[in-house]
Amino acid sequence: MALADREKTQDRRSRLLWIGLAAPGAIWLILLFVVPFYVMLAVAGGGINEFFQTVVPVWNPLHWSSWNFSAVWHDITGAGAFIGAPALRTLIYTAIATVLSLAIAYPVAYFVARYAGRRKGLFLVLLVAPFWVSYMMRMLAWIDLLQQGGLFNSALSDLGLPGNTDWLGGRSLTVILGLVYGYIPYLILTLYAFLDRIDQRLLEAAQDLGLSRWRTFWHVTIPLSKPAIIAGTFITVLPMLGDYYTNQLLSGAAGTTMIGNVIEGQLDAPGQTGQGAVLSLMLLVVLLVPMLYYVASTARASRENS
Amino acid sequence: MAVELDEAPAAAPQPGASRRVGLLRPNPWRRPWLMEGFTWLYIVWSIVPIAIAVLFSFNKGASQSTWQGFSTKWYIGSSVNSVLHNTALHQAVVQTLVLAVLTTVICVPIGVGFAIGIDRWRSRAAMSLNFVMIFSFVIPELLLAVALFMLVTQALTFIGLGTEAEVAGLVVWNLSWPAVIVRARLVSIGRSYEEAATDLGASRLGAIRRVLLPMLMPAVFASAVLVFASTVDDFVIVEQLSSTASTQPMSVLIYANVHGGLSGPALNALATIMLLFSLVAAVLGLIAYRWMTRGERQSSVEALTNIAGM
Repeated sequence: MALADREKTQDRRSRLLWIGLAAPGAIWLILLFVVPFYVMLAVAGGGINEFFQTVVPVWNPLHWSSWNFSAVWHDITGAGAFIGAPALRTLIYTAIATVLSLAIAYPVAYFVARYAGRRKGLFLVLLVAPFWVSYMMRMLAWIDLLQQGGLFNSALSDLGLPGNTDWLGGRSLTVILGLVYGYIPYLILTLYAFLDRIDQRLLEAAQDLGLSRWRTFWHVTIPLSKPAIIAGTFITVLPMLGDYYTNQLLSGAAGTTMIGNVIEGQLDAPGQTGQGAVLSLMLLVVLLVPMLYYVASTARASRENS
Repeated sequence: MAVELDEAPAAAPQPGASRRVGLLRPNPWRRPWLMEGFTWLYIVWSIVPIAIAVLFSFNKGASQSTWQGFSTKWYIGSSVNSVLHNTALHQAVVQTLVLAVLTTVICVPIGVGFAIGIDRWRSRAAMSLNFVMIFSFVIPELLLAVALFMLVTQALTFIGLGTEAEVAGLVVWNLSWPAVIVRARLVSIGRSYEEAATDLGASRLGAIRRVLLPMLMPAVFASAVLVFASTVDDFVIVEQLSSTASTQPMSVLIYANVHGGLSGPALNALATIMLLFSLVAAVLGLIAYRWMTRGERQSSVEALTNIAGM
């Protein structure tokens, strides 16, 4: 009896310890991750001070107005609508950049995971290297190369091709390649981590049973790497959809703006912060499904491991 | 993720198999030259532009395409436009370091505590908190930055924009590194060591401090390196939450000056310094990680993938 009691108090004590350990991080997450999105809702459902053009957040959900929502709706569908084009462009850029990234990243990750052999360490260092170079630095490098009078243009003219193209003057191609260059290291590392765990014996068995290389790849490797492709696609698509700096750095023209630029622009524009909040919430709602899917599959994977 | 470097490559041909495949099909174990060439092409594409940018930060002239001789004038020489003498440039270096150190010092301990607490405190609340943490990992950074911007300008106005807001935001954005990495290590360690310690008379806290924490150290260290490097490289959160020029770190300064303003090799010099910070952190991290896990027969490949947060 006394022993059971003591165990019970010990249990309670250790539970308090676990809660105490988790508390600082939990409070930080709630205060600076959950609460901010409530503030965003309050700003979106709030009004605006006509005189100062400042935001007036409304904290009580019962008093939220749809004023900002209808303003955004007008910007999407009404006369002088300007949100449709960047939104569509975001989708197209992201789709092309993702497909291109997968086409480049998969063979690289596959080669290093399967065939690099003793040189795996060397290849991994080289693949991880861009991960440690800041995004800004990597974009700056391309701005240096692509500018007029830059190395890329002079290399082109050395080859007898027209070497005075203004690559940074608002070209979709440059922006898409910039997105690929910017996010592909994450994709390669994700793919590699998955592909490396594929049991080699399955592939050997397939070949021993007479499948050709291609058919082994197609019928065994590709189905086995489906989770890798899905996870890697999320890892690149989610940041691309919130990107506003790649196109700004590599083009800066109105013809290449994406949804992130619209949100970012409204944040600082007087009287439009509320509409920025509405647009952010819309983007969040659209992304909620893929994000929840990703979170759920991560949770499932960690449960299976434990 | 167990990879044995010393293992013979999987390409070892087996006599029986190659006879069966014979002349009808190409040898399935031959080296995939095409794929290897493609991989090297990718590596060149990913690294050469950066190497050129670093090289031209040492250019004597202001050109980005013609080499005019080696000089360190964009770092220390020029009295107007070098990182050392230009106030805006060296302020940005200092601000980046301040943010990176503060964020790492706050983020890693609370992230480690969070990981241990959530892993052991099995309850609905713990699961929801873990869910929120993973969610903070996948959300596009812009959305978090916008929400934080609204928090500090509309609700918690006593924080306001500036260094405090930047650190607060960077900590929450990076919290998932220690939380995820330490938790993975916790799972692989299991609970038996800790239980042995408490059976031998240690208190719970004592068992954590003297048994669990030393075993977690490699993961703690790896996540510290990741938090430090990703804070140095961070752009979106710090851009939205910085106020005046004095709270702008290097990434924001580069972004603001690429088109006009302080351009030319001085920016490359700044970016090179940023690169150096991350690389030093990565190399130190890798060496320390190898040293801490020296008894574990871990391959260098495994250490590398762990330190890259995979």
